[in-house]
Amino acid sequence: MASKAASTAIPANQPPKLNYLNNGSSLKSWLLTTDHKRIAILYLISVTAFFMLGGFFAMLIRLELLTPQGDLLQADTYNKVFTMHGIVMVFFFLVPVVPAILGNFLVPLMIGAKDLAFPRINLLSWYLYVIGGAIFLHCMLTGGVDTGWTFYTPYSTAGSNTNVVEAGLAVFIAGFSSIFTGLNFIVTVHRMRAPGLTWDRLPLFIWANYATSLIMILGTPVIAITMVLVAAERLFHLGIFDPSLGGDPVLFQHLFWFYSHPAVYIMILPSMGVISELVACFARKRVFGYKFVAMSSVAIAVFGFLVWAHHLFVAGISLYAALVFSLLSFLVGVPSAVKVFNWTATLYKSSISYATPMLYAFGFIGLFTIGGLTGLILATIGIDVHVTDTYFVIAHFHYVMVGGVLMGYLGGLHFWWPKISGRMYPEGWAKLSALFVFVGFNLTFFPQFILGYVGMPRRYWQYPPEFQVLNVLSTAGASILAVGYLLPMIYLLWSLRYGPIAEANPWGAAGLEWQTTSPPPTFNFDETPVVTWEAYNYDEIPPKELEAPVAR
Amino acid sequence: MASQVDALYIYLLLVSGLMTALIFISVAVLAIKYRRVPGRDAHPIEGSTVLEISWSVIPFFVMLTFFIWGAVIFFEERTPPANATEVYVVAKQWMWKIEHMEGQREINELHVPTGQNVKLIMTSQDVIHSFFIPAFRLKQDVLPGRYTTLWFNATKPGRYHLFCAEYCGTQHSGMGGDIIVMAPQDYAQWMAGGPSAPLQETGKQLFASLGCVTCHRSDVQGRGPNLIGVYNKPVLLEDGRTVIADENYVRESILDPTAKIVKGFKPVMPTFQGIISDEQLNALVAYVKSLSQPPTGTAGLQDQPAPSPAQPQKMQVQ
Repeated sequence: MASKAASTAIPANQPPKLNYLNNGSSLKSWLLTTDHKRIAILYLISVTAFFMLGGFFAMLIRLELLTPQGDLLQADTYNKVFTMHGIVMVFFFLVPVVPAILGNFLVPLMIGAKDLAFPRINLLSWYLYVIGGAIFLHCMLTGGVDTGWTFYTPYSTAGSNTNVVEAGLAVFIAGFSSIFTGLNFIVTVHRMRAPGLTWDRLPLFIWANYATSLIMILGTPVIAITMVLVAAERLFHLGIFDPSLGGDPVLFQHLFWFYSHPAVYIMILPSMGVISELVACFARKRVFGYKFVAMSSVAIAVFGFLVWAHHLFVAGISLYAALVFSLLSFLVGVPSAVKVFNWTATLYKSSISYATPMLYAFGFIGLFTIGGLTGLILATIGIDVHVTDTYFVIAHFHYVMVGGVLMGYLGGLHFWWPKISGRMYPEGWAKLSALFVFVGFNLTFFPQFILGYVGMPRRYWQYPPEFQVLNVLSTAGASILAVGYLLPMIYLLWSLRYGPIAEANPWGAAGLEWQTTSPPPTFNFDETPVVTWEAYNYDEIPPKELEAPVAR
Repeated sequence: MASQVDALYIYLLLVSGLMTALIFISVAVLAIKYRRVPGRDAHPIEGSTVLEISWSVIPFFVMLTFFIWGAVIFFEERTPPANATEVYVVAKQWMWKIEHMEGQREINELHVPTGQNVKLIMTSQDVIHSFFIPAFRLKQDVLPGRYTTLWFNATKPGRYHLFCAEYCGTQHSGMGGDIIVMAPQDYAQWMAGGPSAPLQETGKQLFASLGCVTCHRSDVQGRGPNLIGVYNKPVLLEDGRTVIADENYVRESILDPTAKIVKGFKPVMPTFQGIISDEQLNALVAYVKSLSQPPTGTAGLQDQPAPSPAQPQKMQVQ
């Protein structure tokens, strides 16, 4: 029945061109592929599966917090649920989502290359991700872990009786996946750009992924080493972090955040790159201040390594160390603000279409602004003492991580969906789900800013009754948000069969990825493109009129 | 303190709100004004270095005001006044054990008088906890193996939440309690209702019963340094370093005596790690500190810069 409908959707008189999707359909042709586009699809499937798992844990958290008493889950179960929500979302969703899916698919296409520099290492990255994920699933099914995704010592090394070592191993292995991805991107961008594609002609998405890759290869080894040290203390009682063995518990926090703060930029920078592409395309203009936007990505990557101890203001570090890290933290605010201002300025005297990807870009700019400004509030040390480890922090990083990263990812996924799948998504449903995501997100997380300031600590299974109203609002928002996330999964799958066939460049977008067919052939370009123009030369490309309603 | 933090918070909210409004309104106005209309194309604009520099530098200076104001508050939060009443706090999974200097003990409750500077000297028996009083806008992690401190001056009688803010295991969310702020006369009445000797008295008894007194003598030079007047003074070590004999130093010297040997002494003291409880340790620390307070009858020793003969005048420089 389904196949009959499918055959009506494909024009029968036109045999489908050989592309990366129909070039081999055996399981082996997928699992042993070295095609960056197929590996991106493998990531798309596995990362989406982990997103649904993490989302399931999130719903359990929100349901438990609907009432002040601990009634739905046991205390220990709740602690495991928020821990696994964090580990899954951070290490198995947010870190890989944009670089490993969109980056993998687009980096070679955008620079006019046939593939990444090391296609086999690229496949190895995915296998490492899957092995790390499988170990984590095993850990979850055999009792789980309850340390919080931050693994703070000495609780993780001496206090918890859950399977910390196995969870650490999962993070350790998944970390190598992102190191290899970063390495691959850096070499590819340096060595494989098409003739004429100079550094100052690179799309900003490439710049963002390049900066991200720097953090991946410089930062990720530190978390890997830290996990080894945790395992060594837990298994062999080597005194590293536990004071009763002669260790220093704050040392762990330094090591952990030396990776995990820059990791925030691993997550957000690629999404920022997506937003630059979207804003340029749907405003039909070169991004305002291209060089400043490109350099701000690099600046964020560099400054990101200098601010880790702002997570430690009340952890027992010295007064002066805290002051220095507070000041440095504000520095990161500058390049982030520069990006927001430039995207806004790009809209001036532009010609804006309200297609779904652009709606996500608007959403990103708004939510990232709130997430970024509340970050400045947290960097203000006298305030941080009060709001750190409360729901204020939870709200802040969800505005950046979910409001930022996920909005960027969804915008990008819609934008490049025609290129990835060869089909158009249904515009009406997509707009509706973007609305659900925006409204649901704000209803979920805005009340948490207030909740934090009035004093509700994070990781609380039960809480005083005066906090209930705000928690109910948050849970209500989470249900709307869940619908907003489920809708795209349904209609994007639907569009694979029933969506209108996409042409090579349905948006009239600049960028080399739009010059090849949709979906692209296995080696991307029939002949290597030669670039003679600047990035975002929208003044030379006529806009496409979409069948989607365009406001007049 | 709470009102200072709130004042800064309101300032931050105003600035952030203004910025948010600026971005939101600009995006909305531009998005509507420059919506796609047939026959009207986008104007290519390259960018503007002047604009880029101004929207980098101006926000940075605004952020500097955040930093300075926040730092001033933090500085005050981290500098306990000299006249503060000291209270010892021991955290463990999942309760707060409180000991007042007068010997009163409480669990999950802390009674304090209004108008009095109170300094909490805190440690943990197991994992990291965090002492969080939202009403006072104050929080400090409580670590095993060392002391951290927190001070406040409560202004309004009442009952305030005490939370553990650092995740510490199963009953983390149950590790709460109350800060009970009382008018001074009510507090005096509450304090009189309790039994037991002052904390330093307990410490003095321990000092005798554990045999500390045989080496750390106050009359003649023993095998260990004379401890009178030592607290909060610089101490010259065998390896040439100088450290301040603060609470953490006294604590470490009891648990790990060979870590920092005072110049002129031999590493002969046994460790008391695992032999005494955190409460007993606190009592000993309180006793050693009491040896440096003027009314303890050791006035004659006060003008000596350092009690130990092994410490030359040189250490006064640093």
